[in-house]
Amino acid sequence: MRMQTPDEALASAAAGGDRDAFAALLSRHYDRIFGLCFRLTGVRAEAEDLAQDICCALPAKLGSYRQAARFTTWLYRVTVNAAHDRRRRIATHRKAADGWGDWEVARRAEIDAAAAAGDWLAATMARLTPELRDTVALTLGEELSQKEAAEVLGVSEGTVAWRMSEVKKRLREMARAEGML
Amino acid sequence: MNDEFDKLRAALKAPATPDPAAKAEALRRAMENFDRTQETATRTRPSQDRPERAGFLTGVREMISHLTTRGALAATASIAALGIGVLIWPNLQAVAPTPKPEVKAVVDAAPADNEARDRLATTVAEAEAPQGQVVAQDEPAMAEASPPPAPASVVAEPAPTERREKGVAGQRLGESEAATGLAAPSTDSVWVSGSFGKVTLDDADSAYDQAMEDAYATPRIFCDSSMPAANPCEFFDTEAFSTDAPNPVKIVAEEPVSTFSIDTDTASYSVIRSSLTNGQLPPKEAVRIEEMVNYFPYAYPAPEAGEAPFRASVSLFPTPWNADTQLLRIGLQGAMPATDDRPPLNLVFLIDTSGSMDDPKKLPLLKQSFRLMLGQLRPEDRVAIVTYAGSAGLVLEPTEASDQTAILSALDRLDAGGSTAGQEGLQQAYQVAESMGGDGHVSRILLATDGDFNVGLSDPEALEDFIAKKRESGTYLSVLGFGRGNLDDATMQALAQNGNGTAAYIDTLSEAQKVLVDQLSGALFPIADDVKIQVEFNPAAVAEYRLIGYETRALAREDFNNDRVDAGEIGAGHQVTALYEITPVGSPARLSDPLRYAAAPEGGPAKELGFLKLRYKAPGAATSELLETPIPAEPGAADTDARFAAAVAGMGQLLSGPKYLGHWGWDDAIALANGAKGDDPFGYRAEAVQLMRLGQSLAR
Repeated sequence: MRMQTPDEALASAAAGGDRDAFAALLSRHYDRIFGLCFRLTGVRAEAEDLAQDICCALPAKLGSYRQAARFTTWLYRVTVNAAHDRRRRIATHRKAADGWGDWEVARRAEIDAAAAAGDWLAATMARLTPELRDTVALTLGEELSQKEAAEVLGVSEGTVAWRMSEVKKRLREMARAEGML
Repeated sequence: MNDEFDKLRAALKAPATPDPAAKAEALRRAMENFDRTQETATRTRPSQDRPERAGFLTGVREMISHLTTRGALAATASIAALGIGVLIWPNLQAVAPTPKPEVKAVVDAAPADNEARDRLATTVAEAEAPQGQVVAQDEPAMAEASPPPAPASVVAEPAPTERREKGVAGQRLGESEAATGLAAPSTDSVWVSGSFGKVTLDDADSAYDQAMEDAYATPRIFCDSSMPAANPCEFFDTEAFSTDAPNPVKIVAEEPVSTFSIDTDTASYSVIRSSLTNGQLPPKEAVRIEEMVNYFPYAYPAPEAGEAPFRASVSLFPTPWNADTQLLRIGLQGAMPATDDRPPLNLVFLIDTSGSMDDPKKLPLLKQSFRLMLGQLRPEDRVAIVTYAGSAGLVLEPTEASDQTAILSALDRLDAGGSTAGQEGLQQAYQVAESMGGDGHVSRILLATDGDFNVGLSDPEALEDFIAKKRESGTYLSVLGFGRGNLDDATMQALAQNGNGTAAYIDTLSEAQKVLVDQLSGALFPIADDVKIQVEFNPAAVAEYRLIGYETRALAREDFNNDRVDAGEIGAGHQVTALYEITPVGSPARLSDPLRYAAAPEGGPAKELGFLKLRYKAPGAATSELLETPIPAEPGAADTDARFAAAVAGMGQLLSGPKYLGHWGWDDAIALANGAKGDDPFGYRAEAVQLMRLGQSLAR
């Protein structure tokens, strides 16, 4: 029975204190959360940490789910926001710890390390700006339509389309740069 | 040139499988957190506001209902008035006609302010600071002004205090009060009204009240915190119910024949349940007693094979609420055809996905209900889904019921939004149903809605005509109502009655279980169409009679034999119960005096109380069959079912108008129903007793 109950009903039951509903909801969606985290961060360990943070925050967050959007859309939004927060926290931390120059050096080192490790994906993602990274992860990775991705990111559909064309442009530039080296 | 892009796409698409250990750890921590949240979290308080679009009046109402510190307001207000009185009164007396009061007033301001401050400090500590400021700020301004505007400031006095406490809503009221004050005429005397914590002036008072009334539009919305916390829909509901005035007592000598159509709907009972469990008495118009009585299954004798598709049984027993009258019960039991060889079904779900359905009690409940029903269908049945919101659309092509995945995923994709083009949806649904027709198939449209038809043909009569034309095609139309707030019961009734179907109201998943699983065959397979009942009473045995319920189903006497006049359908295994309260000849309960010049009835007690005639059509037939049976005049003891039906009829009358019940009240109804629960395998009757108890408490 639980397997067929829609996410929305489970979510409202869980928000009302139904333990089983929450467990069912979480086990149904953990892989999805982790998948998006991995695509957003590009690093497995970091994705696991982030997914765990999101899972731990979900009981409190569920109260704010209004059933206005589909549950998965809402969940994507929560995940993307959590990834933003984490990125910002790490950046602030590094800036405070090392100062600007070191931070930039560290970022370069990260890109180089990933590239050296043959991890083309992580290297490419690290070169994109956070907005582009989110958009790419949702549209290419999670295979959302541009409309759905726009809903998750809280931007207009046109913005998503623009970002995708921007990604294509950047990738071309990167390829060209690599070809010249 | 887009190799890189494709490479990125491929890399991102590569499945990211989580580490099982990490997953288990995350889930465990989340569950721990969930349990902790359950223990410690302060639950969000339900607010009467909808999450968005809360209007101006809601804000005002909210603010007024939160005025918890009336005493404090009254105290601060009276001190302010006192201060002003001390300050202004002598000025008005002394210098009102002279052009220059300013200097003296400003000089006086300081001592008055201090006095107010001292008093305040001893009485209401927390209110002190703002009040002190108010007095201090307002007084120079007042003193500078000439006397006429002065009362304006007085009226506005409590507003700043509230403003700080209540934010935007308070500010709005503050502004309206200030505006009122400015419009108010000048006067000399000052008084304090403690009950509302408002300071105003004698002559200004009526103007103030008038302005308050204008501002709040209706007294119902202008409520205080003593109003019971009700469900949010109560304030701005746009519900419409289908009803007529309760049937009056009829005198047999004048009107010996009573004619009505049967009614197998149950919507009214569910609506009443939803109201009572929300802590409100249902509106009287929502009570249709026949639908309450027919909600419950009764054990009437089933028809023998080869007989008519249903069997009528009559019984006569003493009325619980009046020892001198009797209840005549007419019970119809529909045949239950063997379920194995039932004809295949063509079902069209016509689903309202307008914005008003965006509520956990509406669209999500609807999806779950249909999911329950899918389990009951056979592989050869076919299902199509048509939705309507701003425009109608075919969401699911006719699909075999065995393809559950396709149907379920189509249901899951439904989202609510837009207006309600009900008529367009109906047209498309009929079109789809007609296209699905196969030999021997039963086609039925299941319309699921909150009743709000606001685009297209929206008045019930035009819709009735449209559906009456369409029912010729042999397609049945049943209506399932969801949610409260803008439940348009009148339209739902009109649709179901004219579409040869039933109307049910689904407020909980268990109601969906009853309507769409337990009683599905009755809801989907008609065994007799246009069933009409006519009773002719014998004036020698009956002086007066009253049909309990069926107000919206009354037929003219001549319509009984007219096959063109539509009436109710009876489904497989359905039961229909009708109750008459009759006053025998010579009973002291007779309400009308016998006529002196009327022909005296023939002597001797009559053997027959009356004569019962039933007409029905076999499904799809054009001409009707007639069943007749005399009603014996000898009353018997009431069986369990009879007593329970009487208790429910009593409950309906208590809710809609207990005109004929005398001193019989909720206690008697509860006792009667409690003693007549019988077998009750699904707990329907026990639930009714609970509702009676709720009704009793709410009616006090």
